[in-house]
Amino acid sequence: MIHMLTVVTRRQIAKGATELVCRLPDATVIEPGRFMHLRVGPLLRRPISIANVEGDLITFLFKEIGQGTKELAQLRPGDQIDALGPLGNGFPVQHVAPDARIVLVGGGIGVPPLYYTMRKLVERGISCEAILGFDTADSVFYEDEFRALGPTTVTTVDGTAGVQGFVTAALEPNRFDTLFACGPEPMLRSIQHVPITHKFLSIENRMGCGIGACFACVCPTPDGHYVKTCSDGPVFRAEEVIL
Amino acid sequence: MSRLQVNLPGLQLKNPIIPASGCFGFGEEFAKLYDLSILGGIMIKAATGEERYGNPTPRVAESGMGMLNAIGLQNPGVDGIIAKKLPFLGQFDTEIIANVAGSTPEEYETVTKRISQDPVVKAIELNISCPNVKSGGMQFGTDPRMAAELTKRVKAVSDKPVYVKLSPNVTSIVDMAQAVEQAGADGLTMINTLVGMRIDVRTGQPILANRVGGLSGPAIKPVAVRMIHDVAQAVEIPIIGMGGVMEVDDVLEMIYAGASAVAVGTANFVNPFICQELISALPKRMDELGIEHILDIRGKAYGATLHRA
Repeated sequence: MIHMLTVVTRRQIAKGATELVCRLPDATVIEPGRFMHLRVGPLLRRPISIANVEGDLITFLFKEIGQGTKELAQLRPGDQIDALGPLGNGFPVQHVAPDARIVLVGGGIGVPPLYYTMRKLVERGISCEAILGFDTADSVFYEDEFRALGPTTVTTVDGTAGVQGFVTAALEPNRFDTLFACGPEPMLRSIQHVPITHKFLSIENRMGCGIGACFACVCPTPDGHYVKTCSDGPVFRAEEVIL
Repeated sequence: MSRLQVNLPGLQLKNPIIPASGCFGFGEEFAKLYDLSILGGIMIKAATGEERYGNPTPRVAESGMGMLNAIGLQNPGVDGIIAKKLPFLGQFDTEIIANVAGSTPEEYETVTKRISQDPVVKAIELNISCPNVKSGGMQFGTDPRMAAELTKRVKAVSDKPVYVKLSPNVTSIVDMAQAVEQAGADGLTMINTLVGMRIDVRTGQPILANRVGGLSGPAIKPVAVRMIHDVAQAVEIPIIGMGGVMEVDDVLEMIYAGASAVAVGTANFVNPFICQELISALPKRMDELGIEHILDIRGKAYGATLHRA
């Protein structure tokens, strides 16, 4: 459950965004959409999504926002990270129909887990498309990597790359029956009700324990109850949560 | 008797390590990680009369060597806990301490009466110190007369010994401790969190949706040690100490200060295996320091209590 990861490479891949490739001490099966709870920062762990797993290499892609992610971005090859996980429930890659028409929609730092998800879908022989939204051209990352897997559209808020606008500007709901999305809450809210039959959203929340014990990261549900982002999610059906 | 064994009213603890209330849920998540029977006891999440959904999010904010939380006593209600949580906990060979909260004295009485009759529960922890709810909680824990009155009422209906959980957000914690002792408390647990606030400078607004929350973690450990030290010398009833315990020496510090057992809270979020690790590290550290039985050092740090406030 706790793995000591060793940093293999670190590179800045876009404005404020760092890619960290680490070695897992043991081969671990990790489903796309789950996360690792990394012990960086002053005290609490940081939930970081998994951008890729290949053999014993695990890739994290994150934006430097606070003290934890800043520390993470300063790690060097050979440094160790105490990682709790993988935690949570990911995208139902193994459960979608082989003929599903899937669109993956990512916004900013919500893009990374969709790369691993798309890779796993393509491995199953399922064709899918990606729509990746960023603020500006210099914050775009992994465009070529996604294109290698399937049709990919990039949007930028200021129009400096790809389609101008938010991801919704490039989304044609009638072409798909399944949507996987990860991104900021306003983005998820805006696609929560698009007319696509199966919608799965990966949501973000401030977490404490990461295992469902502290009740910090709850999200209300339409039936008046709540779900825990860390252990019931972070991936939910769109109709399960109130954003 | 094992060198870690600690016997307190209602509690036969095989070792002095107890996960603190609110930091361990009802044990289900941690039971997937290790055998809960190794624990001295478990302080389960607070029970209220009805199910509570707690505060809006964000509910946690980190701060230097500490964290603020404002969960707001989210729990399935006393009936839900008795029906769904206690049977699960009953399968483990460890002492279950039920934390009881409420908005009114009547709610505290009802919950205590119900939950203390369950054979799985060995003691009650009276939560008069939660800073994160609008009514009840800490208001009972900051006025010695109100705390004493509530303790008396809860004692009268409880089937099991009652430990009162003290708030550090008071002028004199010694006065609070003596008041609840005179009202019949069987023990004390201390300290609950310190009320605090953090502001996001990008928005100029508090990070927590509840605006304020309770500070826990290593940042508050010296406050806890000082308060245990002062209270332990002013009362006869035992103290279960808590507040920022992260490593084995922190456990010893609390016992030197006068605690008879130690609860571990925030550390469970950082390292979910911490209680297991502390229990296995204790004998070795005691050997190094020449401590035969864990309680041989209890209160050995006593001295003048200069700061009664």
